[in-house]
Amino acid sequence: MAKHSGGTRMISLFLRDLKLSMRAGGGALIGVLFFMTVVAVVPFAVGPDLNLLSRIGPAILWIGALLASLLGLDRLFQAEREDGSLDLMLMQETPLVLTVLVKCLAHWTATGLPLVIAAPLLGLFMNMNEVAIGATMLTLLVGTPAITFIGATGAAVAVTLPRGGLLVSILVLPLAIPVLIFGVSAAYAAVQDPAPFLPPLLILIAITLFFAVIGPLAAALALRSASD
Amino acid sequence: MSENSLAIRKFSDLANPTRFLALAARVLPWFAGLTVLLFAVGLYLSFTTEGDYQQGETVRIMYVHVPAAWLSMMCYSVMALSALGTLVWRHPLADVAARAAAPIGASFTFLALVTGSLWGKPMWGTWWVWDARLTSVFVLFLMYLGLMALNRAMDEPGKAAKVSAVLILVGFVNIPIIKFSVEWWNTLHQPASVLRLGGSAIDPEFLRPLLVMAVAFTMLFFTLHIAAMRNEIWRRRVTSMRRQAARSAGREA
Amino acid sequence: MPIRLRVEGLSAKRGEDLIFHDISFIVAAGEALIVTGPNGSGKSTLLRVLAGLLVPESGVVRLDDTTADISHPRELCHYLGHRNAMKRELTVEENLSFWKSFMGDSVGGSGIGLEEATEALGLGGISHLPFGYLSAGQQRRMAMAKLLVAYRPVWILDEPTAALDAAADRLFAGLVERHLGAGGIVIAATHQPLGVAARELRMTGFTGVCEGAES
Repeated sequence: MAKHSGGTRMISLFLRDLKLSMRAGGGALIGVLFFMTVVAVVPFAVGPDLNLLSRIGPAILWIGALLASLLGLDRLFQAEREDGSLDLMLMQETPLVLTVLVKCLAHWTATGLPLVIAAPLLGLFMNMNEVAIGATMLTLLVGTPAITFIGATGAAVAVTLPRGGLLVSILVLPLAIPVLIFGVSAAYAAVQDPAPFLPPLLILIAITLFFAVIGPLAAALALRSASD
Repeated sequence: MSENSLAIRKFSDLANPTRFLALAARVLPWFAGLTVLLFAVGLYLSFTTEGDYQQGETVRIMYVHVPAAWLSMMCYSVMALSALGTLVWRHPLADVAARAAAPIGASFTFLALVTGSLWGKPMWGTWWVWDARLTSVFVLFLMYLGLMALNRAMDEPGKAAKVSAVLILVGFVNIPIIKFSVEWWNTLHQPASVLRLGGSAIDPEFLRPLLVMAVAFTMLFFTLHIAAMRNEIWRRRVTSMRRQAARSAGREA
Repeated sequence: MPIRLRVEGLSAKRGEDLIFHDISFIVAAGEALIVTGPNGSGKSTLLRVLAGLLVPESGVVRLDDTTADISHPRELCHYLGHRNAMKRELTVEENLSFWKSFMGDSVGGSGIGLEEATEALGLGGISHLPFGYLSAGQQRRMAMAKLLVAYRPVWILDEPTAALDAAADRLFAGLVERHLGAGGIVIAATHQPLGVAARELRMTGFTGVCEGAES
């Protein structure tokens, strides 16, 4: 019935969300900064032993990225709800699932992708070698979208709560454990010889694809029932 | 009513920045010229002096690294002074100075970190060691980035000024504590530190280009800082003009 | 083909409380319905039910005689709630062009251009400014421009003119008039008269509802 396709609608939504996260007050760079800070304080706790740091490097990078991608997730729908935009999104003929999916993709591009790009720099701080850095970067690239998709569900569930931020993290972290497990084990498999690299990576990709479907579906359902 | 009185107070405040803009226009070309001249001399000296017999050519990195590190600290001191100006003397330009200095300080700190890392690769065989000095500079870098994020997050400069001034001062008081604890942490783990920059007497052969480069970097900082302050003032004027435009729009209709 | 909004036996709850009960009315193309009543009588709830944002306890909302193939009447509605659905950080133009392309046009009409829409609300020439720079009244008017840039036959308006001055009020009445003249439907909750001929639905809280005569 619409005169123009759903594609244009989704592209305009994607670009708008990207713009919003780049503008003043947007969370795009805060996430990277948080990531850097978390990773940077680890040596102060475990000591500056370079061998130890290079051994735990991939794990630290993954935990840092996990925490950083949770940051700002609570605002994903809450900001839309506060100014009334969510009402209008709920009313459109465009399936809500699609709207949520595009919002997740925009959120990941603004906050998840910078983490992936910053990872090599932090890898150097952790004294990781080139292979370990490359493997960690790759696993972050395919793994962090899953965190955003799961997080969207938590954000939608907590959308009506005034202080949902912490709650979203508590809700989402346990659900993100599989991502962490396979992300870290794939990164380690690349450097430690006997372990195979491909199987955990493929499982990680499968998890991301799975949550790309489940996350937006659940989030859309939660948003519909949270409307009041 | 309150809108009106606010506007008038703002206008009287504009007198000072206006004088600053006139001064900046007069001073900037000279500063820029002097900076270029100093850099020409400094770089010439840096590349014509002999290399160290131990470190070879890589010692030349020092001529960029050490001034950048020195500037990273001086810039924070300038910011702390400006923060004091905001909180104590309520000088209208102090907040502009602090805000303009943060990205410059972050850039110098980043330069110090990158050159330090480039220097470290041949020296230590790795890009980064958690040496006390490097680590302190890195913490300083994080503080700069945090302040920049704070400035970005608050769109109203008047409100942002005091808050970031408080944070700058707390950071400034904290710097010696951070420095001390990082050193303590470091010696706890590494009884014999790998390498200390400076410390022992530097050969005058190295000292001459180093000093010229340090002065050149300082001049560069002042040039950039004045230009950035000027831009910040202009930016604020544009913002207030746009708000003015929004207020007057539709009134005649 | 003219459309018709038909509401039958509508009742709605908020939490556990029944807000209103068994409301029925029909609004034909070109007609306006003003929903009035004291605070807490359920005006906003009724509008949110009509906009498909709340699920009614019982009853149905139907759009008859439309050629459009829709799954829910809300897809043919504009909803202007208390909040403006505009982002402070983006410019007015960015806001409006987003909604224009995200909402698209319903069959039977097309939205007008951004500049034209802001001109129609008497705020031409400032669409390059961030939305947050505008005053409350200006923000409200820019939010109304959404109604014009994307075409929807049904407008559901919740206290549309609360923050507006008299001049903007008249301007908005003109827009409503034009929308009705083009065969649209307007349903508005308001305390002030909208300035157009309209039927009135008086909500009296849970005690009951009565439909008033032409005002």
